[in-house]
Amino acid sequence: MSLKRLLSITRKEFVQIKRDKPSLVMALVVPVVMLLLFGYAVNTDVENSAMVVLDMAANQQSRELVDSFNNSNYFQVTDYVTEYRQLKYLIDDGKAKCGLIIPSDYAALLKRGGKPAVQLIIDGSDPTVARTLVSTGNLIVKHKGLQHALQVYGGLGLSFSDKNSPGIELSSRVWYNPNMESEKFNIPGLMGLIMQNITIMLTAFAMVRERERGTMEQLIVTPVRPLELIIGKLIPYVIIGSFDFLLVLTLGVYWFGVPIQGDLILLLQLAAIFLICALAIGMLISTVSKTQLQAMQMTVVFILPSVLLSGFIFPRETMPKVIQLLGTLVPLTYFLEILRGIVLKGIGMQHLKSEVIILSVFTVAVVALASLRFKKRLD
Amino acid sequence: MRESAIVTRDLTKKFGSLIAVNNLNLEVPRGKIFGILGPNGCGKSTTMRMLCGVIRPTSGTGEVLGYDIMKDSEAIKQNTGYMSQKFSLYQDLTVEENMQFYAGIYSLSNKEARKRMEKLKEMTNLRGKERALVSSLSGGWKQRVALACALIHNPKLLVLDEPTAGVDPVSRRIFWKIIHRLADEGVTVLVTTHYMDEAETCHNTAFLFSGRLLAYGSPNHLIKELKVSTLEEAFLSLVQRETGEEVEISFKSFLN
Ligand SMILES: Nc1ncnc2c1ncn2[C@@H]1O[C@H](COP(=O)(O)OP(=O)(O)O)[C@@H](O)[C@H]1O
Ligand SMILES: [Mg+2]
Repeated sequence: MSLKRLLSITRKEFVQIKRDKPSLVMALVVPVVMLLLFGYAVNTDVENSAMVVLDMAANQQSRELVDSFNNSNYFQVTDYVTEYRQLKYLIDDGKAKCGLIIPSDYAALLKRGGKPAVQLIIDGSDPTVARTLVSTGNLIVKHKGLQHALQVYGGLGLSFSDKNSPGIELSSRVWYNPNMESEKFNIPGLMGLIMQNITIMLTAFAMVRERERGTMEQLIVTPVRPLELIIGKLIPYVIIGSFDFLLVLTLGVYWFGVPIQGDLILLLQLAAIFLICALAIGMLISTVSKTQLQAMQMTVVFILPSVLLSGFIFPRETMPKVIQLLGTLVPLTYFLEILRGIVLKGIGMQHLKSEVIILSVFTVAVVALASLRFKKRLD
Repeated sequence: MRESAIVTRDLTKKFGSLIAVNNLNLEVPRGKIFGILGPNGCGKSTTMRMLCGVIRPTSGTGEVLGYDIMKDSEAIKQNTGYMSQKFSLYQDLTVEENMQFYAGIYSLSNKEARKRMEKLKEMTNLRGKERALVSSLSGGWKQRVALACALIHNPKLLVLDEPTAGVDPVSRRIFWKIIHRLADEGVTVLVTTHYMDEAETCHNTAFLFSGRLLAYGSPNHLIKELKVSTLEEAFLSLVQRETGEEVEISFKSFLN
């Protein structure tokens, strides 16, 4: 392995990237656009869900309860009705996402230390929304100081019961994301996904371009070694990819307001390992492709399943064993653990050792495979 | 040191059912200009690409500068300069950047590289064009840049595949002057061409037809042997012998 040859490749690649302005702009703008676009698109936050209230008590205490719902960001009281039938109609019609039913003996029971049965009826057609509303409603009622058993159930299959005896505060705190803002969970995942996609695409064309333009023929007759060529070509993209990650991270912290709970330096270091791994995968694709079109197709074939397998959308724990196993072959899986771990939970290296080791092994293996698969021949 | 720069034994290359090069036995002496002639598709480029290690022979053996083309192709690469038929430098780099790149790839020290680049710019008359993007150059200039890059590591063997195809007469003349100068300095040159005036100045020529070697020798020797007066007539008479009367008549009438 000759450093001189490797650096010649790197320098040449830099000059070519510099001259290819449209691609350079793409490499720097696409991640930002994707994060902004998807950051809002996958926003599963529930804000100001329309609520219809059937307040049969209609007194000071019941109005206080309604107010505390209304004052949260999750519920917005839009209608007051006097009959259950009307409440049902509004929810059926989609005009309201949920309904609050306060029994006529609410205040009286409270006074006697009884257990008034307040009902929260929720449209369960979007389970994510419903889950959020159920738990938020629960929090609100508790926060209100109702230490009575109460029953909250969704009219459409969601039920909830709390049979704690009076005077005991149930501690159902939500960790990491106490306000359960989905952004907090989604943005780090998105950063990982975007970094995977952009880096693989950056290098997927790096080698096959030389093939298509005919410059490979001249390279083949030189003493350059496959490994020098591959690493030399990777280096400029590691720098561009790192810059992309900083951009995306800055946007996540300052635009989407997702603070980094853990060690920033550790995050950057581990992100670099992932970047190199993803770039190496792109390089492997580029090495085995005959045309740029083929490289593009292979990239898509890799990226699409990785979205699901990595646990970006659904938690991997709930997937069938086979699918979980497939997920372990996707480097993004480990990077998502790292990102969510450091950004949301603030965990340190001691919890991420296995992810780091696996990513490193992947990287070395992929680079080795690419350089083995690279034939210094054209037939 | 062996006398011959290149020796092939029954060198064969098949692409599927097509036999592009058929049991070729060739011997190229050191320090000489060796021209390969033949119609399009007769296997000239394929032969050169096998010798330079771009593609692998189907069967047969070959030695370049004493190294086996199958086993020691990396050693061959360190000592061989190759200009492919299709222009294969980086069009989005400047002349100087291309030369620097290949200087680095051949591990020349900075000092060596500078010296070599100066010499080659002088030789190919590229001075003043250093900062031009290769894509902005005309065909003749591009070929000179390609030659300069192929020579950057001071190779003992230079393999040129139709270096003057589509190049204006002045540039052609300059190009061949350089080739002769290199041969005088002891470089072996293997070159293909369709121009008979160029072929006549080669020390040796070989005629390929359908992947087979038809004739082989110095231009004068071939002319005498075939009892013709020019190399062009030698070429036509050989092709005629292979394909029959018809081609010759049509070709002659086309010439007249
Ligand atoms: N990579 C290849 N795949 C398939 N056929 C090829 C390939 N390269 C060359 N050929 C065929 O081999 C024959 C010889 O080609 P070539 O060596 O390029 O001829 P020449 O250089 O003498 O014009 C032609 O018929 C050509 O079509
Ligand atoms: Mg050819």
